[in-house]
Amino acid sequence: MNGRFGKFGGQYVPETLMNALTDLEEEFEKAMSDKSFMDEYRYYLKEYSGRPTPLYFAENLTKALGGAKIYLKREDLNHTGAHKINNVIGQVLLAKRMGKKRIIAETGAGQHGVATATVAAKFGLECEIFMGREDIQRQSLNVFKMKLLGANVRSVESGTGTLKDAINEAIRDWVTNVDTTFYVMGSVVGPHPYPTIVRDFQRVIGDETKAQILEKEGRYPDYVVACVGGGSNSMGIFFPFIEEKEVSLIGVEAGGKGIESGKHAATFQGGSIGVIHGMMTYVLQDDEGQILPVYSISAGLDYPGVGPEHAYLKESGRAKYVYATDEESVEAFMMLSKLEGIIPALESAHAIAYAAKIAPSMEKDKIIVVNLSGRGDKDIDIMSKIMRVEL
Amino acid sequence: MNRIKKKFDLLKSHNEKALITFITAGDPDIKTTADMIFAMENGGADIVEIGIPYSDPLADGPVIQNSSARSLKKGTKIKDIMNCVKDVRSKSDIPLAFLAYYNSIFKYGIERFISESLMAGIDGFIIPDLPIEEREELSLKLRGTDISLIPLVAPTSKERIKRIVEIADTFVYCVSLNGVTGMRERISTDLKTYMETVKQFTPLPRALGFGISNPSIVKDVKDLCEGVVVGSAIVDLISKSRDDQKVKEFVKEMKGALLDENKG
Repeated sequence: MNGRFGKFGGQYVPETLMNALTDLEEEFEKAMSDKSFMDEYRYYLKEYSGRPTPLYFAENLTKALGGAKIYLKREDLNHTGAHKINNVIGQVLLAKRMGKKRIIAETGAGQHGVATATVAAKFGLECEIFMGREDIQRQSLNVFKMKLLGANVRSVESGTGTLKDAINEAIRDWVTNVDTTFYVMGSVVGPHPYPTIVRDFQRVIGDETKAQILEKEGRYPDYVVACVGGGSNSMGIFFPFIEEKEVSLIGVEAGGKGIESGKHAATFQGGSIGVIHGMMTYVLQDDEGQILPVYSISAGLDYPGVGPEHAYLKESGRAKYVYATDEESVEAFMMLSKLEGIIPALESAHAIAYAAKIAPSMEKDKIIVVNLSGRGDKDIDIMSKIMRVEL
Repeated sequence: MNRIKKKFDLLKSHNEKALITFITAGDPDIKTTADMIFAMENGGADIVEIGIPYSDPLADGPVIQNSSARSLKKGTKIKDIMNCVKDVRSKSDIPLAFLAYYNSIFKYGIERFISESLMAGIDGFIIPDLPIEEREELSLKLRGTDISLIPLVAPTSKERIKRIVEIADTFVYCVSLNGVTGMRERISTDLKTYMETVKQFTPLPRALGFGISNPSIVKDVKDLCEGVVVGSAIVDLISKSRDDQKVKEFVKEMKGALLDENKG
């Protein structure tokens, strides 16, 4: 298996992990070509998570914007409320196959942590979730859920106390417990083979979307739009469309308080090539390679790097990367709630915001598919504060 | 000849083992770093590792993480560290190695980092996140210079050891345990088998590091290697006292444990 996407990717990790990564790669390759493994994976996607998720024509939103037709890929309807579980089911089955009894994971918004705690509970595995101190505060509902599911939530105090530090700490734990522990990486990031593993367990989003849009419209969409933090939901929906050259792929990063303010997490705006979490990719860093603090209203996008395959898609020009600010995303959050009765995750609201920006000036027969990667229940606290409503 | 190599040759001729000590550059400040290097040298350190502070040191435990964070908060830049090395080099011939995460070197510019290190008088690089699969570019660029790329092996390396030590030309850094840097009460790895395996693949000295934080551990492991690396214990001491006499005393005590021939 090739560990690189062009010049991006690789394995910049301590030597202690190298044999574990090789074992993981070998086992993953075997599993993917093992029919009984794939049958089991698909069984749990269907019966446990509720797939396939609908591709829903957002008629009211389309009318209100007055341009292109907008479809929503309803990943929010998965069990645990986001796309994260697609990948977790795959990796936990892999962990079981490798005989690991303990799993660890990092989480930002808490969606990956909840999905991991959920599947660990289902399969009776010991589960430890690393979460930044800041994120624990802003996503308390998810912290409670993880504990309820029997996971141990470890507060990460180091660095900026957000997602990147949670990944650092999970890697440190893995280095320490490498013989017994399986690291369930939550996004298309980290050392090879993780970006490939996560992509292959998330591509079900794009595979379904392709079939669904053909059935509904008889053709592929003009645009596929998805938010990008590390980039797993976007890679999942993009990947099967890469070969369909007529489909424009658009990743929407977190513009925070605006790029000029410096308070954002839009890695492709102002980032440069470097190494983070074991991979070579675009990183928000200073002249000496120190990783810069990033900011976004959505904890799930608050990440200074980006998956190496996204870096490759950007450099090759196959995908385009833009951003939406906090303000635009909050507006999109409220718009979708009111028009369609769907409360999106603030992460996904970034993708909605960008679609809402381009749709009005497009012809009515054009089609945009937005990946609605998660639901917004977890963001109710933040939103009520923004809207100045006491709960 | 490379100063690290020369030092190991000299120690070998005296039937002695190397004490390699670590310090984070710029913690508490860059001036103190130079003072502490001299204190360690006076205490008996044979080689000093200078840590380039990094925002995301994923091979390090809390002691060195916090030390790096303090240094960066103080505004330590690579230029300051190079100047500090120059200053030390003008007064001492002690072998010096940089401990740097790869992104520090990559982002700074590999050639630029190498040439400035050479000018400053650095003798080796230790890069904890650059396994065989990723080291070729740096390794080629170091070839023919007097800087040694010091490879790390780990207890999990097994069949990888042979390839890891291929490029070694001064010594091999043997990580003592599965985990990150930091002080330990004891080391529970089966070190004997591990260190013998490493020896099968290289005639070069083997330095054992990670968790070696007190004289009793040094006494336990010294017969299994040709040197030990002491990091977090020194960084912790500096963060608590800033007293170079105390650092010198501690280094002296560790060196004493390393020299101690008869008592276990």
